[in-house]
Amino acid sequence: MSIIKMLDEFSSENLMSKKSSRRDMFGTLSSFGKKAAIAAVPFGLASKSTKASAATSMFFDHVGPLQLALTLEYLEAEFYLRALESGVLEGGSREETAFMQISKHESAHVDFLMAALAEDSIDSPTFDFTAGGAFDPFNEGDTSMEVSRAQMLALAQAFEDTGVRAYKGQAGALMGTPYLEPALQIHSVEAKHASEIRRIRGLKGWITGNDRGDGMPEATQDVYDGEEVTSQAGIDLVGYDYGDSPIAGDVTAAVTQAFDEPMSGETATAIASLFIVDES
Amino acid sequence: MKKPVVKLELQDGKNSGSSRRRFIKMSSLAFAGSTLLYACSEDDDFNPGMEPEPEPEPEPEVFDLGSGDLGILNYAYALEQLEAAFYTAVRSGSYYSGAPAEEQELFDDLYNHEVIHREFFRTAIAAATADTPEAMLPDLEFDLEAAGIDINSRDSVLATAMLLEDTGVSAYNGAGDRIAMADYLVIAGKIVSVEARHASAIRSLLNPNSPDFAGDDVIDENGLDPAADPADIYSAVVDLDVVATPFTANNLPAPQHES
Repeated sequence: MSIIKMLDEFSSENLMSKKSSRRDMFGTLSSFGKKAAIAAVPFGLASKSTKASAATSMFFDHVGPLQLALTLEYLEAEFYLRALESGVLEGGSREETAFMQISKHESAHVDFLMAALAEDSIDSPTFDFTAGGAFDPFNEGDTSMEVSRAQMLALAQAFEDTGVRAYKGQAGALMGTPYLEPALQIHSVEAKHASEIRRIRGLKGWITGNDRGDGMPEATQDVYDGEEVTSQAGIDLVGYDYGDSPIAGDVTAAVTQAFDEPMSGETATAIASLFIVDES
Repeated sequence: MKKPVVKLELQDGKNSGSSRRRFIKMSSLAFAGSTLLYACSEDDDFNPGMEPEPEPEPEPEVFDLGSGDLGILNYAYALEQLEAAFYTAVRSGSYYSGAPAEEQELFDDLYNHEVIHREFFRTAIAAATADTPEAMLPDLEFDLEAAGIDINSRDSVLATAMLLEDTGVSAYNGAGDRIAMADYLVIAGKIVSVEARHASAIRSLLNPNSPDFAGDDVIDENGLDPAADPADIYSAVVDLDVVATPFTANNLPAPQHES
């Protein structure tokens, strides 16, 4: 299956209703150990009688979310490897130090997700980090080194902030599966990356409203749209009376910073697709 | 059932002449096993309203975080109370008042976010326990001094901030698989990544131009952050001696999967 086809399917409804066979389920879970697989079954049954209605129907559908995650990790892993090889970042700079650490994590995430998906794993797509010539992050064209470096950091920010939102968007689908916890453990690492890249770029480590931040190309706005939420679980946190604990500065800004918002698989797919070469 | 008598008392250091220290007053007791204290307080109920001898104060009934999703919400609320109280205190200390603008702004943001998280949980839990208000975690008291935290020292403030943010990330990651309602899981997810952004920023401030923002001291060879059991977080926080209000975490839900 080509990556584009997989991504298309991911964002369509029929993926969500596709059921793996029971045998497939055990095969997939075997990488996490039989104990986990067996422990999963009673929960799946039990959940029918509880409020966790999502869990039963989603139980067989961890493949789609994890394939999306793997696609995003492929993208990040290759991006950082090529960035470090490009010579665009100054040796020993804060940027290079950060990229080396992040690169290590993203490559580890690829390995981890491939192992978790086992026979449901997918091959890496072919990436074009120029997005069809819009960017030159690796200084392969006649762009100045300074512009390439700025683009490289801007793309890193966009990828990390997308990763945070995309993993969050899949958490519900992974509920009741052994994959939820590791997905959360990756999710917070992506947030740490995002914070450092943003700070290197002179921004705050957190997202204010749907502001993509100074120097971010307009093409990255999709990464930030939907971050401007001011109510959580029906509670208006901007109109709230903070009493003896007044918010310092702008309340709306603070409230939107305090919560990162999930992103749908469809949006994450659309963002990743900007950098994927369609080979079909 | 009588409500535990605990409240957060902020001593206003500006008026007390006792320096800029604005610490969170401890009026409570050492931590003790819940079963015993529970039994004691049942006995106390035998003689309610006895005023004359204020000492020794009757043992307050020890609050348990509870079970199910409510237990997890109370657990998160306790952590957010601690973080918010810490950053509130930091902003009254001499490190903050003399810090460069960039660091002041960072601590303003951390304070804002943790207060917002705390108030979110306060409101959400109050709504969820409208019929059983005794099931809501009360306001906790903290004693930063007893925990050896010096809000006037940059080193102490940054080290404590890192500890609290790292703890928060690990705690939320470990709680995810214990949550039954999808809505609560999403909320936890919305918060944990902000805690992780904080951890990264503090770590970056502590050791600039290093890999520490996502350091190998916490992230494993698979590139995964920790996910700690509530019992471990609970012990770690109790061991800090920072929580002056005893509470227990004996009934939190088990994970749905061993990973």
